[in-house]
Amino acid sequence: MITVVKPGMFTTVQDSGRWGYQAYGMSVAGAMDRYAYCLANLLVDNDCEAAVLEMTMLGGTFRFNVSTQIAVCGADMGALLNGTELRPWQAVQVAKGSELVFSYALSGCRAYLAVQGGIDVPVVMGSRSTYTRAIIGGFKGRALQAGDVLQIDDYQGLCGTVRELPAQLVPRYETEIRLRVLLGPQDDLFTAEGIETLFNSSYTISSEADRMGYRLDGPKIQHIGKADIVSDALCQGAIQVPAHGMPIVMMSDRATTGGYTKIGTVIGPDLTKLAQAKPGDTVRFIKCTDADAVEALCAERDTYCQAKQIFSTAEKSRTFEEQVRQYNVTIDGRKFSVKIKER
Amino acid sequence: MSGIRMLPAGEQGLVVEFGQTIDSAINNRVHQTAKLLNMEIGDAIFEIVPTYRSLLVYFNPMRITRANLIRQIETMLKKTENCLSEQDQKQIVMIPVCYGGDFGPDLDFVARHNGLSPEEVIKIHTSDPYQVYMIGFTPGFPYLGGMSERIATPRLEKPRIKIPAGSVGIAGSQTGFYPMESPGGWRLIGRTPIKAFNPQASNPFLFDAGQYLQFKAITEEEYHEINRQVDAGTYSPVTHIHVKGGGAI
Repeated sequence: MITVVKPGMFTTVQDSGRWGYQAYGMSVAGAMDRYAYCLANLLVDNDCEAAVLEMTMLGGTFRFNVSTQIAVCGADMGALLNGTELRPWQAVQVAKGSELVFSYALSGCRAYLAVQGGIDVPVVMGSRSTYTRAIIGGFKGRALQAGDVLQIDDYQGLCGTVRELPAQLVPRYETEIRLRVLLGPQDDLFTAEGIETLFNSSYTISSEADRMGYRLDGPKIQHIGKADIVSDALCQGAIQVPAHGMPIVMMSDRATTGGYTKIGTVIGPDLTKLAQAKPGDTVRFIKCTDADAVEALCAERDTYCQAKQIFSTAEKSRTFEEQVRQYNVTIDGRKFSVKIKER
Repeated sequence: MSGIRMLPAGEQGLVVEFGQTIDSAINNRVHQTAKLLNMEIGDAIFEIVPTYRSLLVYFNPMRITRANLIRQIETMLKKTENCLSEQDQKQIVMIPVCYGGDFGPDLDFVARHNGLSPEEVIKIHTSDPYQVYMIGFTPGFPYLGGMSERIATPRLEKPRIKIPAGSVGIAGSQTGFYPMESPGGWRLIGRTPIKAFNPQASNPFLFDAGQYLQFKAITEEEYHEINRQVDAGTYSPVTHIHVKGGGAI
């Protein structure tokens, strides 16, 4: 079990999202930064679907009532484990009774705490993700509060190898970010000047930036006619532009449908950067092609495979070095070569 | 297939757009196409979101290219073009509603606004089935088409902060009901004990977009009785099926 001593600003249980119910008006939810989420899970030998804690801006304080292995990825919230600096982007052994304290995000916006085996909350409609607006999923459908107790499996294994992400795969969070955009579905409802404005301007993230969407401030994007359409579906990363001309990028807790024109879509692999951006940070949009976007998606998936491979190779070689012993034995005059694998 | 557009919505999204207006025939086409595509759900296509006039197809570009997906959908649309023009049967889910009183604080206003008696408003509101064009806004919230202009009423100028789940309302010439407690500006004329969204149930949603809803007036006693059954998990909603050219079966 993990006891929540302090919840932090907005800490929720999230997984890869509640897919399959958007036709019924159910938002997908799920981790905002899927890169940090996925790697935190891989570091503790979970699959990429396991439930983790997502902390926002100000992290929480947690007491572990079991010994386990954890990994913290994403924003740097100056985590301290029993008073000692905890290294992010690597697996860490946690002894029963330990206290893990997070503070304000020094870089990035959202930190992910993965625990071996995942956070055990009930699966609602195929997912453990919290969707606070409908009060479902996660821990009682809400953000964590002091005193909440989260169930986790007691981790018995004593695998000596501690996984660590190679430095080149650890992202750096900038305060000026560039996001690749695929135009459409309603780019034809904007003037050529409006589209040029989108790609040639710098936008500032407003204070209205949450799990639902990021509202940006900057030069006004011009429509040809009206800014309203007959409502249609909203995909992740969709850039809605209402009549005021300011873009809103739709994130994990977005409504399933919307009635504003969508000039384009921030490509999936780049949403990790936006999920880690804070109010006041600046955004530039870069036009890209469908081929560029698919290539970026493939590259992201490759990174996960690469990470998995690095972890498993490291463990295999270690297993061979440390845990296999060879004996030459003679029984009744016959020689035997015996290998013993120790677990 | 004139007028059908294939539009990008990110690297994993394809919008199949059948038109740009709210129209019953266009919406039928959307839901029938969604039904066909739902049979293809797998590794390549992983979610379909039908709305008023288009549907969003989520796909995995590492399993199927956008160009191939478009070709596949176009072939399917061509094959089914003629038989997709009209719905063969209507599924009508009956929604019992207790009108007026505390449950429908705006019923009298809607009546006065349209020069009708509250009884006439109820009669008009329950007379015909409404097509569920799409579900959105909150889980299970139906966008219904086909309400009579005779009971159309503008929204509240100042939305209510909390509207109880089950509230039935009118906003302009739209009608619908709130599956869960939420803020809103609709004129409330009644309340249904039925839960359109129950996350704990094996089938969490009462109806699908593309189906029809018809409201039925019930007394306060009936409301409480159905409410008890809903809470006990023993209530099952009444559904009628109307076949084209025939009556109810």
